[in-house]
Amino acid sequence: MLTLTGICAVVAVAVLFFILGYLVYHGGTSISWNFFTKLPAPVGETGGGMANAIVGSAKLLLLAALIGVPVGFLGAIYLAEFSGTTLAFVVRYAADLLNGVPSIVIGIFAYSLAVLPFKHFSALAGGLALGLMMIPITLRSTEEFLRAVPRALREGAMALGASKARTIATVIVPAAYRGILTAVLLAFARVAGETAPLLFTAFGNRFWSPGWNQPIASLPVMIFTYAIAPYEDWHRQAWAAGLVLLGLILVINILARAILSRGIAVPRS
Amino acid sequence: MSRLREGDEIVRMITFLFAASVVLVTLLLVFELWTGSTLPRHKFGLDFFVTRVWDPIAGDFGALPFIYGTLVTAAVSLIIAVPLGIGAAIFLAELAPARVSDILEFFIDLLAAVPSVIYGLLGVFIVVPLMREYIQPGLKKSLGFLPLFQGPAYGVGFLTAGIVLAIMVIPYIISVSREVLLSVPRDQREAALALGATRWESTWKVVVPFARTGIMGSIFLALARALGETMAVTMVIGNTPTISASLFSPGYSIAAVIANEFTEATGDLYLQSLIELGLVLFLLTFILNGLARLLIVATSQRGSGMGQA
Repeated sequence: MLTLTGICAVVAVAVLFFILGYLVYHGGTSISWNFFTKLPAPVGETGGGMANAIVGSAKLLLLAALIGVPVGFLGAIYLAEFSGTTLAFVVRYAADLLNGVPSIVIGIFAYSLAVLPFKHFSALAGGLALGLMMIPITLRSTEEFLRAVPRALREGAMALGASKARTIATVIVPAAYRGILTAVLLAFARVAGETAPLLFTAFGNRFWSPGWNQPIASLPVMIFTYAIAPYEDWHRQAWAAGLVLLGLILVINILARAILSRGIAVPRS
Repeated sequence: MSRLREGDEIVRMITFLFAASVVLVTLLLVFELWTGSTLPRHKFGLDFFVTRVWDPIAGDFGALPFIYGTLVTAAVSLIIAVPLGIGAAIFLAELAPARVSDILEFFIDLLAAVPSVIYGLLGVFIVVPLMREYIQPGLKKSLGFLPLFQGPAYGVGFLTAGIVLAIMVIPYIISVSREVLLSVPRDQREAALALGATRWESTWKVVVPFARTGIMGSIFLALARALGETMAVTMVIGNTPTISASLFSPGYSIAAVIANEFTEATGDLYLQSLIELGLVLFLLTFILNGLARLLIVATSQRGSGMGQA
């Protein structure tokens, strides 16, 4: 039985290497300079790249971070430092609820908030959808890291006559910054690969999308469209895009964990 | 709170607004889903859930094939993922040396971070051909007398979607179950070992039963994930609204039909029917996530309570 459970664990982990191996194998041969610099070729022609989708993903993630990070971070400060128990419970409950909502439903929500009233798909709507998904992840983990800051630090600052706001800004947040950075990076990595909420908010675009108010391409949506299309050349590009996307996400994940393991303020009694 | 000075009062207000906005957003989400699906709720009522027809041209919308597809694929995925996931969690929490366990857990965490569209990509180009050429014909030959494994092998379908989903939810089951198992107090294990139990006996007969509710919680969590999973399922389920006893048959799921048809839904009734499907999905995952959290909290509290005693 011992061996059997070991086999289960090995099988589960092997899947990761299998995925990585396949992506490197298929994506690595399809990736080229053009992939990063060229627009998608017209349908029926081979070649071209996904430059617009790479820039599009970056723009969408920037918008998402602009929504998700401030709300998550400041909300977490309220929960950890100011709130009573009832309201904190309600906020936490709402955040957990939001975190569990399937991403496609978040897409519907962002659609009814930012697409339906303006009658067109836009980068803003896509960024909103991703931003909404970032909020609960950032909020919950930031709060935990703030709470892990030792009580003595807080009391020390207060005893020196610092106001609560000053204590938060100069003592508590700096003490927890590694944890907060990790939380933000993990939330970022999580939404970077989201496809479903973008399908009918950011939609997609085979060209550059100037400004913020037009449909915009993104890597995950491109992978989806290209993978289910009947063209051999598009499949190759989908693999390449998959490799780039997964590489990015894994690097952010590893980076986030490395930042955390370099040590944050550990509570000492 | 009177201790707070004036600058503090401002910071308190600002952070309060942001915290409260999380609650508002969540309420707004429920509100939008509810008001966004008024038309089909009034027109079809509860018949929406038992009607098999999905005909946008005639304006008839019934959710049954999608609900069926969602439940069947989720069930298949759990049948595969639960034994594997719990087995792996037992190994990581109880049997493996701490260092090995930490390294493996690191990989499991990375696996959980792989986006679903990547699973879909591998599903389309690797799992589907594999199913069509080898697994489905093999199952037909050996277990073909069961209605589950009959019919032509298309590659895409309920079984394929279930397998891809299983691969996706295993990391969640492992991570949460491992945590729960690790929270079982040490004296439980030591007591069993002191009574002469072998390592496996103490794990299987003492530790696992102790953590049973929490493990159930991890399964509910995985179920909620499986029900709401969109991209990977959309890419391998076949996208045909059918209800069939055969797992080889192409099907459709709630999330997949929203993903495919939302942008091309013409007419309010069509669009709102899709939003109502979204509402159904939301309620399902809401209930499951709530249950999961209760179970997990119950176990870890039991663990810490007894640990202190």
